[in-house]
Amino acid sequence: MRHIISILMENEAGALSRVAGLFSARGYNIESLTVAATEDPSLSRMTLVTTGTDQIIEQITKQLNKLIDVVKLMDMCEGEHIEREMMLIKVRAVDKGREEIKRMADIFRGRIIDVTDALYTIEVTGTSGKLDAFIEAIDAADIIEVVRSGVTGIARGERALHV
Amino acid sequence: MELTGAEIFVRSLEEQGVKHVFGYPGGAVLPIYDAFDQQDKVEHILVRHEQAAAHAADGYARSTGRPGVVLVTSGPGATNAVTGIATAYMDSIPMVVFSGQVPTALIGNDAFQEVDNVGITRPCVKHNFLVKDVKDLALTIRKAFYIATTGRPGPVVVDIPKDVSTLKAEFHYPKRIKMRSYNPVTKGHPRQIKKAIELMLSAKRPMLYTGGGVVVGNASKQLVEMTKLLNFPITNTLMGLGAYPATDKQFVGMLGMHGTYEANMSMHNCDVLIAIGARFDDRVTGNVEKFCPTAKIIHVDIDPASISKNVSVDVPIVGPVDQVLKEMVAQLKDSKAKPDAAALKAWWKQINEWRAMDCLKYSTDCEHIKPQAVVETLYKVTKGNAFVTSDVGQHQMFAAQFYKFDKPNRWINSGGLGTMGFGLPSAMGVQVAHPKSTVACITGEGSIQMCIQELSTCLQYGLPIKIINLNNGFLGMVRQWQEFFYQGRYASSYMESLPDFVKLAEAYGHVGMQISKPEDVEGALKEAMKLKDRLVFMDFLIDPSENVYPMIPAGAGLNEMILV
Ligand SMILES: Cc1cc2nc3c(=O)[nH]c(=O)nc-3n(C[C@H](O)[C@H](O)[C@H](O)COP(=O)(O)OP(=O)(O)OC[C@H]3O[C@@H](n4cnc5c(N)ncnc54)[C@H](O)[C@@H]3O)c2cc1C
Ligand SMILES: Cc1ncc(C[n+]2csc(CCOP(=O)(O)OP(=O)(O)O)c2C)c(N)n1
Ligand SMILES: [Mg+2]
Repeated sequence: MRHIISILMENEAGALSRVAGLFSARGYNIESLTVAATEDPSLSRMTLVTTGTDQIIEQITKQLNKLIDVVKLMDMCEGEHIEREMMLIKVRAVDKGREEIKRMADIFRGRIIDVTDALYTIEVTGTSGKLDAFIEAIDAADIIEVVRSGVTGIARGERALHV
Repeated sequence: MELTGAEIFVRSLEEQGVKHVFGYPGGAVLPIYDAFDQQDKVEHILVRHEQAAAHAADGYARSTGRPGVVLVTSGPGATNAVTGIATAYMDSIPMVVFSGQVPTALIGNDAFQEVDNVGITRPCVKHNFLVKDVKDLALTIRKAFYIATTGRPGPVVVDIPKDVSTLKAEFHYPKRIKMRSYNPVTKGHPRQIKKAIELMLSAKRPMLYTGGGVVVGNASKQLVEMTKLLNFPITNTLMGLGAYPATDKQFVGMLGMHGTYEANMSMHNCDVLIAIGARFDDRVTGNVEKFCPTAKIIHVDIDPASISKNVSVDVPIVGPVDQVLKEMVAQLKDSKAKPDAAALKAWWKQINEWRAMDCLKYSTDCEHIKPQAVVETLYKVTKGNAFVTSDVGQHQMFAAQFYKFDKPNRWINSGGLGTMGFGLPSAMGVQVAHPKSTVACITGEGSIQMCIQELSTCLQYGLPIKIINLNNGFLGMVRQWQEFFYQGRYASSYMESLPDFVKLAEAYGHVGMQISKPEDVEGALKEAMKLKDRLVFMDFLIDPSENVYPMIPAGAGLNEMILV
């Protein structure tokens, strides 16, 4: 099962490598990992996507909690939540294809953020699945570059991860 | 008043109540050594290799319950200490290791004797710090001791750049400390404890399986009280030996790969297993698919990550073992329900039948000295009162099986990492902490050579350790596996060109003895013990073909032991 785990950590040097090191040392999967400061500069928030059986996910959350710098964490998938990832994708857009790609971007509520005679750069935001679908929808031969932010997420309603 | 970082360091150790530091100097820590020299509250013990500093601090910690303290220089000093740090980490031993670092301005420049010590030690410490500002030094040291000694204990590394020890700051050492990101559990959940008690009292074939957590958690007294109250059989892991008196009739011996038949059979057949401060290591469970097939399992551990890691349990209790056991005892005393005496009687009858197999018996009609006999005689001669450290190998297992520890903190060995070279330096730490006590180091001719240089430290500080070298001329534990599982192809397990240990001991200024006849064992040990203020190196030439039994081969269940 795929899980999105959000972690509040002390904003200390090396915090990221503690998490990354834990995953490699214990052989857990990381699909994506994002990290940035929060409104409180002493805290940073990390979001990681991992897969594993219930037993492995339980170990992952316990091991993460055991890291001294981890203040709190939440497995988003234990409740209703919103998941977002952003993608910037540069595609060849010439002749007939140019119109086609613009239409596709509209369907996916993407925005064209850079244009040349032969290229579009499009910004798309949504669940990872939606971004996958967008890539699928475009002819692979036209894709020049893809950059994805990795997943972030937030719980719905009253549930919140804060100190 | 402002103090230099080095002075802050020394003052912090004083405030922390540290009496001994094990270390080795070098460029990056010279300011600290200089400050050390100008005070007399904290004694520095100069080892001969940084690995030994860490093991000595570790032995000090295991035998006292107080954190061991290490001081090493940057680069090679720090890397040499890593084996000792990893050893302490695997066995959850409280230790604080200070390493020097190149000046902050040079970090990252491949400066002379620079290594990323925080990076190197990250996977084998409970936590580590790089102190970048002298203003943070005292607080960081305070945090390091707090983290190392609370919750599940472990080593903490504090890396101190050279300029941090020379710059000045106000000194303030906080008495209390609180960290929002670190709050170890202080109490087991009462409802879970109640559930556990109900399950324990419903048991027909109960079994207590307790480990190193009872020793480091200082809960031997509570464990004994509860076990007596229940009249349940009890086994200890290699790390838990001594937490329950080995000479008591409820004790069925160690369990696991080289545990007793009765301990392993009781585990396999029990209906309620009560695991306390033990972590279901693979040397204990054997094949987890076959582990305790008929048991409901209760597990008390301070580290939630230890629970249901290898074996899933029915009643988890997260909490410190002393508090949880105290609460259990109180609830048991209040409870109207009592253990099922009839069922227990039948269970004990069965266990005593397994016991009658006498699985540790060994043949004595042999021209060679038997290692088991040496350990048994040591037990007799020291009246079971010695601190015993060991190295890693067959001799370690013989020590665990034949020295009957009745008290905790007396059996000092590397279980989790299995570090050869641990025995002698850890004995130094024990002897420093207990100058009047008998400290014996049971070792092998392979292991002792991994930190033999420490004989020099022992001379300098007058540490009268008794070294019991069970010399079989083989990397015996390796040879045993090659005999059993590699058709007797003894690839590199034979120790050629052994030194003359007697002369070696003498060259280092100690007493050396060689013992080769079974009838000389007791006399030699007695003579050595009489030399109260001398280190005696006793080289016992033992049966080279002896193996450790019983043994559970890889992949087997606890009921599938090889018995001789
Ligand atoms: C050659 C060799 C052979 C070996 N053979 C055997 C063998 O036959 N049998 C055997 O048992 N071992 C054997 N070992 C040792 C084995 O590898 C493990 O080190 C050992 O089994 C672990 O012991 P433990 O479960 O008591 O855990 P420890 O490593 O002592 O861990 C202690 C546990 O207690 C918890 N804890 C700590 N403090 C507290 C507290 N205050 N309150 C509550 N919980 C706490 C910790 O979180 C941890 O889970 C062997 C080792 C070697 C080198
Ligand atoms: C540092 C280290 N290297 C290798 C090993 C693997 N090993 C385990 S036991 C053993 C043999 C130990 O020989 P010795 O000290 O003579 O003890 P014996 O088994 O003969 O009693 C070896 C090589 C280890 N545990 N530690
Ligand atoms: Mg040997």
